[in-house]
Amino acid sequence: MGRVVVDVMPKPEILDPQGKAVAGALPRLGFAQFISVRQGKRFELEVDGDVTPEVLAAALDAAETVLSNPVIEDVVRVAAVADAATIGSTGAGR
Amino acid sequence: MRVGVVTFPGTLDDRDAARAVRLAGGEPVSLWHADADLHAVDAVVLPGGFSYGDYLRAGAISRFAPVMGSIVDAANGGLPVLGICNGFQILCEAHLLPGSMIKNDQLTFVCREQVLSVENASTAWTNQYAAGERITVPLKNQDGQFVADERTLDELEGEGRVVVRYQDWNPNGSRRDIAGITNAAGNVVGLMPHPEHAVEVGYGPDGAKGPRTGTDGLGFFASVLHSLVG
Repeated sequence: MGRVVVDVMPKPEILDPQGKAVAGALPRLGFAQFISVRQGKRFELEVDGDVTPEVLAAALDAAETVLSNPVIEDVVRVAAVADAATIGSTGAGR
Repeated sequence: MRVGVVTFPGTLDDRDAARAVRLAGGEPVSLWHADADLHAVDAVVLPGGFSYGDYLRAGAISRFAPVMGSIVDAANGGLPVLGICNGFQILCEAHLLPGSMIKNDQLTFVCREQVLSVENASTAWTNQYAAGERITVPLKNQDGQFVADERTLDELEGEGRVVVRYQDWNPNGSRRDIAGITNAAGNVVGLMPHPEHAVEVGYGPDGAKGPRTGTDGLGFFASVLHSLVG
């Protein structure tokens, strides 16, 4: 089974109220080192079989027509990932 | 005159919209999201609510509903279409109107009686108002902040396509206090506030004659009937 990840972020010039709210909460909780936060969306699309170039092209098409609204959002990543893929898993966790 | 009112899964204000059509003198016709047939209606209202739960983005999935394919074609052919709140979001997602709605700038759900100015009194849905007229209708939304790039906003302003503007207070941070816009032809109008909730004494906002006497929203529905009859 193949998996494609699509990451969608609000455009840089669009105010991101959710990110702003999180950015306001972080220092209150002791995380003083982060000066801004932007919140996006991650979609995981599974296919029965391998992630072929055709599958990736279809995922890009879906990302640009359905998963994102180009007025306010950018598709920042469309990529095949391994099943157990996690991002930023170098640390030991909490 | 037959005015279609679309119900999507998650629509909340379809009954209110139908009642507004009836009070204005029209015949409301229920349209179903999965049925592409518009049943020979003379105009369409996309009411407020949370179509398909708004789970992807407000209005994003509704754009692909069978009924919307027919409405987009008919709107491009001149059929009057009014999108209220979630209906406005659907019209933007369907590219019948430019721009998009994001979360309110103060992050909270806002519910209030909102004063608007009618900026364009020549659309299919506003011809029974006077240009510059101030009206009061309820507003209730969480994703009501209208955004578009500067070029689009300049175009809307330059072509007189801002239909209604927030007065006294901008409730959601919408660019240039825009509460509603129209397409170039003036048959498609979208707005965030709810005129269908201000059509009958006893149920709407406070008016000049006392509490709950405001019926300023009725003009939208009277306008489309007027434009259809000629």
